[in-house]
Amino acid sequence: MARQKKLLRDSYHQARWDEPIIFEMSVPGERGVLVPRACQDIVNQVGDGVSAIPANLRRKKSPALPEVNQMRVNRHYYHLSQETLGTDVTLGISEGTCTMKYSPKIQEHMAARHPGIVDVHPLQCPETMQGILETYYQVEQFLKEISGMDAFSLQPGGGAHGVFANASMIRSYHRARGDKKRTEIITTMFSHPCDAATPNTAGFKVITLMPDESGYPDLEAMKAALSDRTAGIMITNPEDTGIYNPRIEEYVKAAHAVGALCSYDQANANGMLGIHRAREAGFDLVHFNLHKTFSAPHGSMGPATGAIGVKEFLKPYLPVPRVEFDGHKYLLNSNYPESIGKVRTFFGNTNVVLKTYMWIMQHGAEGLKEAAICSVLNNQYFMKKIAEIPGVVIWYAKGKRRLEQVRYSWEKLKQDTGVGTDDVNKRIVDFGIEHYWTSHHPWVVPEPFTLEPCDSYNKEDLDEYVEVLRQISKEAYEDPDFVKRSPHKAASHRPTHEAIDDADLIAVTWRQYLKKKAKP
Amino acid sequence: MHKESIVYPYIPNSVPEIKAAMMKEVGVTNPMQLYEEIPEHLKYSQEMQLPQPILDEYSIRRHTEELLGKNKTCGEYLSFLGAGCAQHFVPAVCDEINGRGEFLTAYVGESMGDHGKWQALFEYCSQMGELMDMDVLSIPMYDGGQAAASSLRMANRINNRKKVLVPATMNPDIFMIISNYLDSVPAAELQIIPIGFDQKTGLMDLNDLKKNISNDVSAVMIENPSYLGFIETQAEEIGKIARAAGAEFVVYADPISLGVIEAPANYGATITCGDYHPLGLHLGAGGCQGGFIATHDDMKYIAEFKDLMFGLTDTLQAGEWGFGEVLFDRTSYGSRDKGKEFTGTSTGLWAITAGVYLALMGPKGMQEVGTTIMQNCQYAMQKIATLPGVKIQLAAPSFKEFVVNFDMTGKTVAQINKHLLQFKIFGGKDLSQEFPQFGQSALYCVTEIHQHKDLDKLVYALQGVISC
Repeated sequence: MARQKKLLRDSYHQARWDEPIIFEMSVPGERGVLVPRACQDIVNQVGDGVSAIPANLRRKKSPALPEVNQMRVNRHYYHLSQETLGTDVTLGISEGTCTMKYSPKIQEHMAARHPGIVDVHPLQCPETMQGILETYYQVEQFLKEISGMDAFSLQPGGGAHGVFANASMIRSYHRARGDKKRTEIITTMFSHPCDAATPNTAGFKVITLMPDESGYPDLEAMKAALSDRTAGIMITNPEDTGIYNPRIEEYVKAAHAVGALCSYDQANANGMLGIHRAREAGFDLVHFNLHKTFSAPHGSMGPATGAIGVKEFLKPYLPVPRVEFDGHKYLLNSNYPESIGKVRTFFGNTNVVLKTYMWIMQHGAEGLKEAAICSVLNNQYFMKKIAEIPGVVIWYAKGKRRLEQVRYSWEKLKQDTGVGTDDVNKRIVDFGIEHYWTSHHPWVVPEPFTLEPCDSYNKEDLDEYVEVLRQISKEAYEDPDFVKRSPHKAASHRPTHEAIDDADLIAVTWRQYLKKKAKP
Repeated sequence: MHKESIVYPYIPNSVPEIKAAMMKEVGVTNPMQLYEEIPEHLKYSQEMQLPQPILDEYSIRRHTEELLGKNKTCGEYLSFLGAGCAQHFVPAVCDEINGRGEFLTAYVGESMGDHGKWQALFEYCSQMGELMDMDVLSIPMYDGGQAAASSLRMANRINNRKKVLVPATMNPDIFMIISNYLDSVPAAELQIIPIGFDQKTGLMDLNDLKKNISNDVSAVMIENPSYLGFIETQAEEIGKIARAAGAEFVVYADPISLGVIEAPANYGATITCGDYHPLGLHLGAGGCQGGFIATHDDMKYIAEFKDLMFGLTDTLQAGEWGFGEVLFDRTSYGSRDKGKEFTGTSTGLWAITAGVYLALMGPKGMQEVGTTIMQNCQYAMQKIATLPGVKIQLAAPSFKEFVVNFDMTGKTVAQINKHLLQFKIFGGKDLSQEFPQFGQSALYCVTEIHQHKDLDKLVYALQGVISC
């Protein structure tokens, strides 16, 4: 430990275990766990059991899984966990657009350990899972209040999945009206890629609007794109830039004027809780990522929940079953003939919903608003400090206050030193900070990096982060090659191929690697 | 009286002095000035109507425990519910590893600082590949329903044909997911045709299959074992028929069966998919599902996966494993609406857990667990069949699930299941709505967690229930 307290962890080194691939640890005959066997009475009655399988469907060659004793398996995965920078060990400020909050441990301990959720089967009769259904029902009520929408479904298993469900509902709505010509969805370049990809998957033609010189989606271009072919617009606000578009209503009104629906991507609503709602802005559909704004952890990319909310007239299209309350008990109702059906088996990620329930219950209306204010306050403080770092440029909206995140640029650093955002992003882990989020593709802002210092971080955390960026900037100006060779102290070094596009080099499994290695 | 401001433990800058100092730093005197870009009339001026907060940790724990305490569990009750979410043995190490905060709270970091996460997901793919006897998997999907739906989309992109044939016995939830997922604007371009089945065995009606197969069929899909538990013994033949017509042969498999049942790839599957929930995950009220797709090493297939793929490579340090993104531009992250379907956060933590499970089980463990399930299942079927008025509906070998018919008892499944609750038993899933042709039938699920005494208890309870 450093004797004198300092912000920069310059002695840090990540665990680097030189960990083998699990297959390399295999010792023939070793067992990791023994499994229950049928007792002798059963064996006496039915024999070996597997003879019932026709010969051509019997497994002939055992799967070539590794054979590893339990301690080594446990140690192996501990090592791998130590070579991973989750927000429990690092500043999640890095992953802008993702709202890497602290996920309170009490929530995790309930959701991952309490038999009242862990050991419940989703097809139990509703009388035997009233607690689960109550959680769903209550979270729906909370989200209705937070968004102003009239009904929610918590079934989608991720944010993009929620946006896909919204696109599916837009499709069903127009079809139910017999309106067959609405084949287009309009989105914007700074909206999440899923706002373009999911309507495309749902069968729509997608029109993407570029930002104007102020960073807002071009309103005139939108008006020009809108027509009686437009089924809906699927946009976010603020966009990835953190800039709130004050003319949002005009976009919504223009879309409504041609009969299109408006879907609000509020995956990240963290700066808005209690401040601004989808209803007042005129939207018909909305989605929230419960694993972002509402504190459920990201789980190395899931499980997650994309909660989808709609106005009353779209309620019939929500996925089934719906959780309802008859005044006495909670029940599951699938009797919605116009529903899009299902997007996920059973009723979704109950564990994520429970954590959301607990987080909202611990904060109430005042606490939610405090989280929003502190996240925006943190961001504006942070932006001010980062703007002072040599090499940083901030595109668009000069002098305007941004909400929960900012898309920054190392454009100047790159021009001055040749060190670009990908290089800084490698070096940053040498200080114990997770790789940051550059930008979704395509990069519109050059050499981008997107940071979101949400409500979980205190001033000292922010100052530490700024100090790290300042240090890397200094290094870039003094010894650019040093930064370009980084990371130096991470769990592993730069891969020789960060992008693997050549068929001969593709090895997404160990067996594929071995086969390709054996090739001359 | 002056209201004491609350300092929230998860919102550190709610300390009034710090908040004030930071506000000063950014030049505002009132927090709402932070939001000056939002027009006044678009600001929400009211107080949200939410419950009074439970501020302290002890009280929220009590509150939550009381809420969850309203649920009955498959620990206190003996459960025979499955239908895609079966109760299996979960090794403690699985929980140990998915409880590691580093994995639990990681997200999309690159392969240097998140090397361990990349390796763990690579190992998940690698071990699933051995189980499927196939070379290629992406990182995971939402659930088996998504995997089935995306498999059919992949097939369509590969051969540009417009019909998919699925078994009429398939999981109705997954059928609904597929129906929505293959739909389009203004109308569906892909036609989903359910293929009939033999009422006695549940097996696919090959005549109906032959009637519907043609060179505009994109894919023939089967479940093996099926939703109704029977093993599709004609799988190999179905595959031949599919491939002779140039269609993809998609097999939805239960991964925990693959220690004893042949890997679909070895009886002709070109795409194997399914839900890996059985591999080390709890019931979680349906919250622990996860989907997978596997194919052979062929760019025709690899290029059509929709989700991220982590490829093994070298690093600048000789002798070190590194990881890179494989064909990133395939994905919607790389190419927005020009990518394959869409990708996003799915079930990474559960996939890591499934990898841990397979590493613990090894080849022997998978063979043994499959054997135990077969034996327990057959024992239960034989015992249940001895009950008066009760019969096993389908005469085909089963894995893990089977259909029990109660028509001759004069009781409905609903009545029987309600009565079974008094014995602290969750009876099988009521099929009378989904498969009315089977009358009053229920889908019973028996796995390695059921002991001899559990199965005997079920039979004893059923005896009591039907005779009263």
